Amino acid sequence: MERKVLICMGTSGVSAGARQVAENFERELEKRNLSGKYQIVRTGDRGLFRDVLVDIINPELGRITYQYIKPENVVELVESHIVEGKVLEKYRTKDDYKRFFEKQKRIVMANCGEIDPENIEDYISSGGYKAVKKVLSMNPAEVIEEVKKSGLRGRGGGGFPTGTKWEFAARVNASPKYIICNADEGDPGAFMDRSVLEGDPHAVIEGMIIAGYAIGASEGYIYCRAEYPLAIRRLEIALKQARKKNFLGEKIFGSGFSFELKIKQGAGAFVCGEETALIASIEGKRGMPVARPPFPAVKGLWGKPTIINNVETLANLPHILNKGGDWFASIGTEKSKGTKVFALAGKVKNTGLIEVPMGTTIRELIYGPGGGMASSIPFKGVQIGGPSGGCLPEKLLDTPIDYESITQTGAIMGSGGMIVMDQSTCMVDIARFFLEFTVAESCGKCVPCRIGLKRMHEILEKITRGAGKEEHINFLGDMSETIKNTALCGLGNTAPNPVLTTLKYFREEYDSHISEKECPSHACVDLIKFEVMEDKCKKCGKCFKVCPTGAVEWKVKEYAKINKDKCIKCKACINACPFMAIK
Amino acid sequence: MTIDLSRTKKIIEKNKDKKGALIGILQEIQSVYGYVPRESVDLVAREMSVYPVNIYGILTFYAQFYLQPRGRHIIRVCQGTACHVMGGKELLDYLSRKLGIADGQTTKDGLFSLERVACLGCCGMAPVIMINNEFYGGVTIQKLDELVKEYSEKKG
Repeated sequence: MERKVLICMGTSGVSAGARQVAENFERELEKRNLSGKYQIVRTGDRGLFRDVLVDIINPELGRITYQYIKPENVVELVESHIVEGKVLEKYRTKDDYKRFFEKQKRIVMANCGEIDPENIEDYISSGGYKAVKKVLSMNPAEVIEEVKKSGLRGRGGGGFPTGTKWEFAARVNASPKYIICNADEGDPGAFMDRSVLEGDPHAVIEGMIIAGYAIGASEGYIYCRAEYPLAIRRLEIALKQARKKNFLGEKIFGSGFSFELKIKQGAGAFVCGEETALIASIEGKRGMPVARPPFPAVKGLWGKPTIINNVETLANLPHILNKGGDWFASIGTEKSKGTKVFALAGKVKNTGLIEVPMGTTIRELIYGPGGGMASSIPFKGVQIGGPSGGCLPEKLLDTPIDYESITQTGAIMGSGGMIVMDQSTCMVDIARFFLEFTVAESCGKCVPCRIGLKRMHEILEKITRGAGKEEHINFLGDMSETIKNTALCGLGNTAPNPVLTTLKYFREEYDSHISEKECPSHACVDLIKFEVMEDKCKKCGKCFKVCPTGAVEWKVKEYAKINKDKCIKCKACINACPFMAIK
Repeated sequence: MTIDLSRTKKIIEKNKDKKGALIGILQEIQSVYGYVPRESVDLVAREMSVYPVNIYGILTFYAQFYLQPRGRHIIRVCQGTACHVMGGKELLDYLSRKLGIADGQTTKDGLFSLERVACLGCCGMAPVIMINNEFYGGVTIQKLDELVKEYSEKKG
């Protein structure tokens, strides 16, 4: 067993001081003349938010994981673990860490948190770029056949079979052809693409080379959000290294295949996740969708055949080509193969990225790796699929995660954002929130999306303010159907889903906003009285501690009280109260 | 304030012949000046033979472009779903009240710009804000007070 110190350096790790932790390890090891003995590996995120995670691996103690490590803890760790050979229990991860990982099956995320994403040798020694070599000895039709056999479907939301999509482009007799990696992860609530790009950028590049060979493309673009500076930097480093090794460039591995990749930075428009809008943006124009057909596979970037695949889709490819389509198809359900990475966040204990085989139920995900609810406030719903998805109630938690089953509920698989909500989250407000987002992000080209969504948003605003009327419910339903059927692109077609699903599963919340002018979740600020309910108050004083204006009056063992003259309705007290005792 | 247009010129020269370069050019201009000055737009329009209105079409379409100089410290408050559920909207409202500006605006002393962003992609740390290039997770109203104080006192 090698001796290694792994330090998690994704965006979350870095924000918690991971760079300093790594430097301190280097310094402390050097001081003790141990530098040569231990390799310090700066890895990407492994998907669990525990500030800085550090793994120390050696033959004496095996692999031990420490959590919440701060720069000042490093001396103690080196002294105890490395010098004295004693595990430092107080920083060690507990059972919940084990539980987070034990039900997962990591394919796409396998390297995240294990290798140094800025070192191509790390990727190669974990089996990297073997698939490219193998692919170059096959003919392109065989590659497409293998991917078709695997049953891989697009992970960006649509779920279209990847191999079939490739076939469309491969059949067209035109040159050049393009491969685009859609790394414009715009869904609020999804961050798996970011972590894959930050933690294993070479896997995405390798996937693009494979796709390029299969369809006969010589050029590709990675279209990445500018909001992900670390991902862009790591991609740039990875591209440079790959060129040096001739995995990119002229005559790759001495074959007749040449392929080059460029990074394009997105400029902040959610609609650019839509294929034709993304193409317009790369061409230097406003990112507005155009009607399909023709599909980009036939007529895309600069009018040439173009395949757009999502980050997670591409990162699956090296594994599929190495282990075979049959292997991949053996994982998952009948129609949804392989695994899916979910970004679990909101009111659960363990937030982070969870990769599970298709067919796992939503409940298994939330109460297994997710560890269940974060506080004593009970579960209310889970939002799946971002602004195009929907909110599902408790009774649907046993829905298996596959494209068809999720679509049947009214939500969509989407890119895999999953936000857990408890009784303090208002579902009408969530519907309003998503509409606010889609209204802002609508490109304005087609009327249903530009005006229809705006009207719906206005109505939802009214309802959350207590000015809703009975007839508004019908209006929302009718308008949703119209927009679904008539909008130009996927953004508009799916934007009503959050409204439709909350109407379907949480109708009573709309009713109490409209007829009783009450928000049962105490979330809609205009309907809150800012009064403490003494039958629910446990006199803990948390509301008192967080109030920025001194409006909450409280003494030990007494009920809290809110002085309305001082209250600015910032809701700090409500968000802090673990008992929902403020209405 | 006069704008040093030679830097705009250099950016145009370097990228002019690349396919679909316009957005990239504007991004580079913004990274140099901190925003996209009107004078630069006019120059790009002339050199690239496009109408200024087409350039403004792009600048106003994408959230990332700014037509006005921004504050020394940019506070971005995430309004993603996870942050919304965890209280992100309250953070934005509070900051807006505290700084006396709406989102998209800059304080009179030029110290802070306040921005809402759709999602910063660190949902596991919600609610999240970003000041300049630093991420802060699990933010509370108290923490906001501390951060604003800390950055107000920061030199440079």
